[in-house]
Amino acid sequence: MSHIDLTGKFTIHNWPERPEIATQEGRNKLVGLWLFLGGETVLFATLFATYLALKNRVPDSSHPLTQDLYSLPLVFVMTAVLLTSSLTSVYAIHHMRNFNFKGTQLWFAITVLLGLTFLCLEIYEFYHYVTDYGHTFRSSAFGSAYYFLVGTHGAHVAFGLGWITALLIRNAKRGLNLYNAPKYYMASLYWHFIDVVWVFIFSVVYLMGMV
Amino acid sequence: MEKYSQREIEFRFKKSREEMRSQFISFGLMAFLTVISFIAVGVGFPAQFVIPFLLLLAVIQVLFQFYYFMHAKEEGHGVVMGFMYSGLFTAVLMIIAFLTIIWW
Repeated sequence: MSHIDLTGKFTIHNWPERPEIATQEGRNKLVGLWLFLGGETVLFATLFATYLALKNRVPDSSHPLTQDLYSLPLVFVMTAVLLTSSLTSVYAIHHMRNFNFKGTQLWFAITVLLGLTFLCLEIYEFYHYVTDYGHTFRSSAFGSAYYFLVGTHGAHVAFGLGWITALLIRNAKRGLNLYNAPKYYMASLYWHFIDVVWVFIFSVVYLMGMV
Repeated sequence: MEKYSQREIEFRFKKSREEMRSQFISFGLMAFLTVISFIAVGVGFPAQFVIPFLLLLAVIQVLFQFYYFMHAKEEGHGVVMGFMYSGLFTAVLMIIAFLTIIWW
């Protein structure tokens, strides 16, 4: 195919089965985004390594340790919300491939709401640690490592929410085409990666902190 | 220009529904693995058992995310998964280095 009209009118009858990689731009984005995610893996590895090395390293016994701080019910709810938001973005991409624009927008909007819920719970958690336990970024090496790791993940959630919201608003009147299909797809990949990182945070930080 | 006939479209929707069913099953399995990890900690098994168990369940969940939710099982993902696995390799090295150099 020598020429593809990116923003032309599409119907299900000429919509490619894998619209996200139907164009050279889409294929390049797929490679670029996975390369970026490989780099993000290393970024988070450094933060996990720092956390594991500095876990429970506090100046004296007045500082709370992992077992005093963490509350498994809260972490369980946060995990459930984020895992569900991963499924809803799978639904959005499923509808995108079936050329169902409303379905795509609706399921991404639900993803954003779930992500926002997660972020609010995380803000509550940090607030609770700071005000009730005096566990802050500067109170101990453990505090610095904890907030840097979990906070970087939270910042990624916030960035992902902004990214998906921008796509939803910008494309609200455009409908699906081969220009914006790769954009939706890449945002969903990024969103899944946020959940991948969270799987390790709830296992390594919270659950292992309670063992 | 119509590229796909009505029959081809119906076949696509059918494939797509089956694909979605396998996605939903992988979601169910991931939710199950999550619940199991929380239970393993809640019940209070010994740490020597729980820690490797949690790591194993986390790795399985991440593979489900990659291959089902992030569509890495579809063709054309060889190179990109190469990037991801090199990232993971570096990640493991980094964590081992930090854990062994700093306090021992």
